[in-house]
Amino acid sequence: MLNATVAELSSALAARQVSSVELAQLFLERIDRLNGSLNAFITVDAERALEQARRADAQRAGNAVVGPLTGVPIAHKDIYCTKGMRTTCGSRMLENFVSPYDAHVIERLESAGTVTLGKTNMDEFAMGSSNETSYYGPVRNCWNRGCVPGGSSGGSAVAVAARMAPAATGTDTGGSIRQPAALTGTCGLKPTYGLVSRYGMIAFASSLDQGGPMARSAQDLALLLNAMAGFDRRDSTSVERAPEDYARMLDLSLDGLRIGVPEQFFGEGLDADVRARVEEALHWFLAQGARRVPLRLPNAELALPVYYVLAPAEASSNLSRYDGVRYGHRATEYEDLLDMYVRSRTEGFGEEVKRRILVGTYVLSHGYYDAYYLQAQKLRRLIAQDFVQAYRDCDVILGPTTPTTAFALGSKVDDPLQMYLNDIYTIPAPLAGLPALSIPCGFDAQGLPVGLQLTGNYFAEARLLGIAQRYQLATDWHLRVPREAPL
Amino acid sequence: MTWEIVVGIETHAQLRTRSKIFSGASTAFGADPNAQACAVDVALPGVLPVLNQAAVELAIRFGLAVGATINRRSVFARKNYFYPDLPKGYQISQYELPIVQGGTVPIALPEGEKRIALTRAHLEEDAGKSLHEDFHGMSGIDLNRAGTPLLEIVSEPDMRGAREAVAYARALHALVVWIGVCDGNMQEGSFRCDANVSVRRTGADAYGTRCEIKNLNSFRFMERAIEYEARRQIAILEDGGRIDQETRLYDPERDETRSMRSKEEAHDYRYFPDPDLLPLVVREENIERIRAAMPELPIQRLQRFTQTFALSPATAAIVTSSRATADYFEQATAGASAEAAQQTANWIAVNTNAKLNERGIGIEECPVGPRQLRELIARLIDGTLSAKLAKEVDDAMWAGEGSADEIIERRGLKQISDVGALEKVVDEVLAANARQVEDYRAGKQKAFNSLVGQVMKATRGKANPAQVNEILRRRLG
Repeated sequence: MLNATVAELSSALAARQVSSVELAQLFLERIDRLNGSLNAFITVDAERALEQARRADAQRAGNAVVGPLTGVPIAHKDIYCTKGMRTTCGSRMLENFVSPYDAHVIERLESAGTVTLGKTNMDEFAMGSSNETSYYGPVRNCWNRGCVPGGSSGGSAVAVAARMAPAATGTDTGGSIRQPAALTGTCGLKPTYGLVSRYGMIAFASSLDQGGPMARSAQDLALLLNAMAGFDRRDSTSVERAPEDYARMLDLSLDGLRIGVPEQFFGEGLDADVRARVEEALHWFLAQGARRVPLRLPNAELALPVYYVLAPAEASSNLSRYDGVRYGHRATEYEDLLDMYVRSRTEGFGEEVKRRILVGTYVLSHGYYDAYYLQAQKLRRLIAQDFVQAYRDCDVILGPTTPTTAFALGSKVDDPLQMYLNDIYTIPAPLAGLPALSIPCGFDAQGLPVGLQLTGNYFAEARLLGIAQRYQLATDWHLRVPREAPL
Repeated sequence: MTWEIVVGIETHAQLRTRSKIFSGASTAFGADPNAQACAVDVALPGVLPVLNQAAVELAIRFGLAVGATINRRSVFARKNYFYPDLPKGYQISQYELPIVQGGTVPIALPEGEKRIALTRAHLEEDAGKSLHEDFHGMSGIDLNRAGTPLLEIVSEPDMRGAREAVAYARALHALVVWIGVCDGNMQEGSFRCDANVSVRRTGADAYGTRCEIKNLNSFRFMERAIEYEARRQIAILEDGGRIDQETRLYDPERDETRSMRSKEEAHDYRYFPDPDLLPLVVREENIERIRAAMPELPIQRLQRFTQTFALSPATAAIVTSSRATADYFEQATAGASAEAAQQTANWIAVNTNAKLNERGIGIEECPVGPRQLRELIARLIDGTLSAKLAKEVDDAMWAGEGSADEIIERRGLKQISDVGALEKVVDEVLAANARQVEDYRAGKQKAFNSLVGQVMKATRGKANPAQVNEILRRRLG
């Protein structure tokens, strides 16, 4: 059961082969055993999980009409506000923050009958690519505990990879779902901007943040997205469109599929093993009748600098509310109002968060706004136009999710630029607002997983998931059990 | 060498919506602290703003009323600064692209009408309040006001001196109340003005350096603050000094302005478009719907009253000083003659307003309704009542004694206009006052007035004065 996918658990629950309470207990025990070494969870609430599981079992027993997720345990990134349960966002600032309301995503998944096991570790305020900026300590990669799991949704990725939860929620701003999925051999989808409500999802960079599912198969991503997506009037950027079944194209034919391969995604800095695995995957698709379409995304190389102007700019403003006045960390001693702000924020925020607040404040300052923020906005539009142009010639864009596999803990902490470069392939999609997913496509020489990234056109989630599902029916990379978290 | 005082006014008008501009919390005034602050107003982690369309409609209504351009696309921006009563650490406002651009507000001056140009009017949210009393060594924060919708109306520096500035502020106040976008309650802070004041030599082209004066929470304070500030600036310049651009606070206790912060200390607000809100797009049919529902504006009503009833501009201005007054006048004169309308306007301007002021109430609370006044004026015109008696009847109506006709009947106040009856009284008075008759004939005009007085006394004031005059003249030859 620990190794089962969400789809399999759903069938087992429906067939009464297992109860939701049994499943919850199974995963809670697994968390209990592994979390001390992997540190994937910040908060686990067994009582709450078992209570929800009992309710799910009662629903099934009462022959109520239930959905496929009823009784399925999942984990939530600690960026989603959960009513009555601590929500830290990986920060000391919110160490004792208990939200009085549920995020839209939590509401949707809980009303679909899922059981919340706990809240997963993450880079502080989702700012990081290694999970090392968490106030609650780094998450360790279950393929090699000396390596990072990626970030910022590293806790969710490891929870899924180590079978501590069959699925989890994540959020992606510049790659925070796809990069850790790639580094842990799991699957992660960042939906089209606006598809999943941001209400109750603690903001990092509002115009980029997007919630999405993390799981062990494309089919599971589809099942979760079916519950997570949907219009929410509390989020003005939420898109109002007819509900759709994201699992409807899982038997998609690959014959004639036009796969865009941008030269920019195979350039300098790409690890040889990663390149080889991604090219092998590409050839598999070509063998199924897909066509390769060479692409140029002329402005893609500007994505990283554009991102590191816009995301910090929005973050510097989004994080102003953490001032110690109404909730969150407040310094115990201070002399006056300014001192209270300075001390509370100095103590409450970690180094990476402070760095981005400073960068963001700088690029929005009088005299610098035009040169940085405004310029970056213009380039962002050019990057998006490149994709619009590209999708006239292809159906999906294929490339590596990350330039390297998981790197050693501590190896890039003191070199932010090297750290930021790890997101070079994941940043363009959120800048353009496009959906993208990462699935495992093999291992490097050290036995670390390699991620394949598929980027689709706006609202092409069902097609992306269909393409990924076809690949997963023919391969078993996504089924491999991590070395350092054996069953 | 004379100086010209140049004033521009920024006004924050609270829009009359039931809920806040970006949340569903109530905007009602006077609730217990923080009772009307929801998760969005408190800026809990993860909450998002959702624009209240009612606030947008009121902003459009204002824009149409001042003949401004309604921008079909406007943008909300974040104005970033830290303050305990600003929960998000930024205020959502409109910066580069406001919803309303341009427009004018006419003001009535003794020398004629002047049109004050507006730069813009934009939507924004109000902050909460910091309370410094009752919290020994600490401050209390009340977020009930946080997120209340405001329309910030910015004028051009078109006013010359305190008098024009106050005339503009009053006209703007009357207008926003008239069209129903703001309740105009200055005590509760629903209508707040800041003045930008500068001075220059008469005839100079360039403006002087301006100072922004805050805390002008009444028209009287505004006038005094501008006068003080202009004197201060002139004194500095005449001493060969220089004006520093700064924000100053008016202290009504000491009747002076003092420096709050200099230009160097001014915040860098780091404005940028709010990524949580889409650009505000206004559709043509919405504008047309709001235009169609627009009440007749003060200036239009003033022109109509002037033309229909031949009212003098001054009187017309008084009866259109507020929508309630104009409505009252309208009801009191429906179908009336020009003469009756003029009498009504004068009556409201003189008698009604004096009594309302005395009691400190508005015309909508006037115990004498427009139909009652209409009856009173009719009795005045048909000669039933003299002006003096009309006032007595009016007093009785204010005291709730009933309609004009009932009071006239009950008190027997009907004016005596019967010629035969009056001649009889006049003859009796003449017979009893031979001396005055002689004096009058000897050329003493005063004696005539004395005789009139005697007649009025004999009739207990009810004699028609015009007729008494006429009969007396005839009898005295």
